[in-house]
Amino acid sequence: MSAPAAAATIARPPEAARGVLAWLQQNLFASPLNTLLTLASLYLLYIMAPPLLDWGIFGASWLGSSSSDCPNRETACWVFVRARFSNIVYGSYPIAERWRADIVFAVAAAIFGLLVLPRLPGKLWIGLAALVVVPAVSSIFLAGGVFGLRSVETTLWGGLMLTLVVAVWTIVTSIPIGLLLALGRRSSYPLVRALCVAFIELWRGVPLISVLFMAAIMFPLFLPRGVEFDKLLRALVAFSLFNAAYMAEVFRGGLQAIPKGQYEAAQALGLGYWRMTGLVVLPQAIRIVIPGIVNTCIGIFKETTLVLVIGLFDFLATVQTGVSDPAWLIGDHIRVTGYFFVGLGFWVFCFGMSRYSQRLDRQLAAGKAYE
Amino acid sequence: MRAVFVQASVAAAVAAIAYFFVHNSLENLERLNVKTGFQFLARPAGFGITQHLIPYDEDSSYGRAFLVALLNTLLVSAISVVLATIIGFTVGLARLSRNWLVAKLATAYVETIRNVPLLLHLFFWYFAVLRPLPGPRQSVVFGGVAFLNNRGLYLPAPILEPGFAAIPIALLVAGLATGALVWWSRRTRLRTGRHHSVIWYAIVLLIGLPFVADVLAGFPIGWDIPRLAGFNFQGGVVVIHEFVALTVGLSIYSAAYVAEIVRAGVLAVPKGQVEAARSLGLRPGQVNRLVVVPQALRVIVPPLTSQYLNLTKNSSLAAAIAYPEIMLVFAGTVLNQTGQPFEVMTITMAVYLGLSLIISLVMNWYNRRITLKERTS
Repeated sequence: MSAPAAAATIARPPEAARGVLAWLQQNLFASPLNTLLTLASLYLLYIMAPPLLDWGIFGASWLGSSSSDCPNRETACWVFVRARFSNIVYGSYPIAERWRADIVFAVAAAIFGLLVLPRLPGKLWIGLAALVVVPAVSSIFLAGGVFGLRSVETTLWGGLMLTLVVAVWTIVTSIPIGLLLALGRRSSYPLVRALCVAFIELWRGVPLISVLFMAAIMFPLFLPRGVEFDKLLRALVAFSLFNAAYMAEVFRGGLQAIPKGQYEAAQALGLGYWRMTGLVVLPQAIRIVIPGIVNTCIGIFKETTLVLVIGLFDFLATVQTGVSDPAWLIGDHIRVTGYFFVGLGFWVFCFGMSRYSQRLDRQLAAGKAYE
Repeated sequence: MRAVFVQASVAAAVAAIAYFFVHNSLENLERLNVKTGFQFLARPAGFGITQHLIPYDEDSSYGRAFLVALLNTLLVSAISVVLATIIGFTVGLARLSRNWLVAKLATAYVETIRNVPLLLHLFFWYFAVLRPLPGPRQSVVFGGVAFLNNRGLYLPAPILEPGFAAIPIALLVAGLATGALVWWSRRTRLRTGRHHSVIWYAIVLLIGLPFVADVLAGFPIGWDIPRLAGFNFQGGVVVIHEFVALTVGLSIYSAAYVAEIVRAGVLAVPKGQVEAARSLGLRPGQVNRLVVVPQALRVIVPPLTSQYLNLTKNSSLAAAIAYPEIMLVFAGTVLNQTGQPFEVMTITMAVYLGLSLIISLVMNWYNRRITLKERTS
C-alpha cells in the first residue's frame, strides 16, 4: 500500500480477509488450538486415507474368476464380487427367467430418473403410478404363473432384487396405512383414537426383529389349519405394519403443524371430514412431512437386511453366504471385500435418498417463500 | 348417531379379527398338544449361556435364563448409550467447529456411518475384525493391562480387600459435599447476584477425598491383571467377542444419529442469544454454559430419548451375531425348547415395551425439569 491514505476514497477490505492464505488462516489456523486440531486431522487422514486407497483400488485384485486370483491378503479382492455378482443381484432366481428381473430394474430406474428431474408435467401422476401400479405389476411379473410366465417361488428370490422388493413394498404399503393411523389418532371418536394409539405405540415399543420372529414362527398359529402364507409375504406384512406405525408418527407431526384456523375455515365452507382432510389439510401437511417420510424410507431400506434372520436371502445375506462358501474361504480379505461392497451398495441408495429429500425440502421451502 | 355407528362397526371389526386369531390359535395349540401357562419357567433350562452376570449353569431354570438374558440386554444397552452419547456429542460439536477440516471429517463420519445398515456394522466388527484375531500369544495389547485375541478381550479385574468400602463411602461424602456447594453457590447467586465458582473445589473433593481414603485404608483395591500362562491368559475378566462387537457397532452407529441431534440442537439456539450474552459481558465459557447449553438441551433431549430407545431395541440385532440377550436366548432357544410361543413372545415384547416405557418416563421427567418456564397466559 504505497498510495497515500488520503487519496483512497473507498477503503479496500483488509488484505488478510481475502485469498487462499486468508481462508487457510481463518478456517484452519485461527488459534493455537485450531492449528493443533488441523494437524491432528491431517495426521488422521494421513494414517487412514492412503492405506484405504491402496487396499481398495491400487493394490486390489481386479481380474480373474476364482479365489486363486486373489493371492494378496492385505488388499481387496474384487474378483469375489465379479464372480458372485449375479448371485448378489438375483439370488437363486432361475437364470432363464432373470430377464424378468432386468425389466423390473429398468422400469424402476426409469421411474426414479423421471422423479429426480426437476420439472415434469404430470409428475404427481407418475409418482402415484409408481407407488401403486408398478410394484403390483412387477410382483406379479416376477412371481409368474400367469400369462404363460413360468412360476418362480419366492423362496428363490434373493439378492439385491429381494432387498428392493421388500423395501418398495414396505414403503408403498406403510405410507397409506400410516396416514390412516395418523388420522385415526386425531379422530374425534374416542374408540378409534384409543385403538390407533394402542396400535402405534405397541409396534413402536418392540424391536423389528421380534416382529419378524412373530411373523415367521407365530403367524401360522393364528390361521386356520391348512391355510399357509408364503414366508416372504409374512415378512412383508410384518415390515409394513411395523413401519406404518413410524409413518403414522411422521404424519401426525405434519397434521399437528396445520393451524386450527385451516380446519375451521374448511368447516365454515361446509366441507365434510373427508373433503376437509383431502382438499385442505393433507395438501399442506404433505409438504411438511416429506423429509420425515424420506428418512423413514431410508430406515426401511436399511432394515430390510433383517430378513436374513428369518432365512430370506437379501443383498447382505447373499454376500454373507458367498464369503462363507468353501471356495472363497482363503482369507479374511474376501469377507472384508464383500462387506465393503454391501456397505457401498447401501450407502449409494441411502445417501442418494437423503440428498433427494434435502433438495425437495429446499424446493418446498422456496415455494413457500413465493406465497 | 353417526359417531355411535362408526365406533360400533370399528369395535365389531376389531373383535371379529381378534376372535378369528384367538380361536385359530387355541385350536392349533390343542392340536399340537401345547399346555398354556407360565409353569415352564420353573423347569430346568439345560443349556449354557456364554455370558452371565449372575450365577447360572445348565441346571438353572428357564426363569433364571430369562433373567440372565435380560441383564445382558441391559448391560450392552447401558454401556452403548454412554459411549454413543460421548462419541455423538464429540462428533456433533466437531461438525459445528470453525475448523474446516474438523467439520468436514465429522460430516464424513456421520454420512458414512448412518447410511449403512446396523446389521452390516455388527457383521463387520464381529466376523471381519474380532473373529480373525490372532491367538493369545500374538494378542493386541492395550497399555500392558488389556489384551485382545481370538478368545476374547481380557481386562484387569479389581480385587477388593477388607476396608475397600472406605473408598465408595468417601466418594459418596464427596458427592454430597459437592451437591451442597453447588446448591450454596446457586442460592448465593440468586440472592446477591455474586457468582462463586465451585468447580475447582468440586474437582479437589471428588478426586482428593477418595484418594485420601485409599491411602488411609492401606490401598485396599488391587488389580488382577491378566497374564499369559501357557497357551492362554490367566486372571482378569474375559469379555466375549459378541459383547465387544455389539457394543462397538451399536455405539458407533447410534453416535452418528446423536451427532445430528446435537448439531440440530445447538443450531436451534438463535444467534441473538449468543450476542446478547456476550454484550452482557459473559466470558465465552459462561456464554456456552449459561446461555447456549441450557437452550440447546431443550431441543436435544426429546429426540435423544427416542434415540436411546432405538439403541435399546436395536440391541436385539445381537441375535444375528449370537450375543446371549433376550431375543437370542429367550425368544430363540427357550421358545424352541419349550414350544410355548405365546408365553415366550408375550414376555419378550413386554420386556421391550417396559424398557421403552421406563426410558421415556425418565427422560420426560428430565425434560419437564429443563423446559422453558413460560408465562401461563
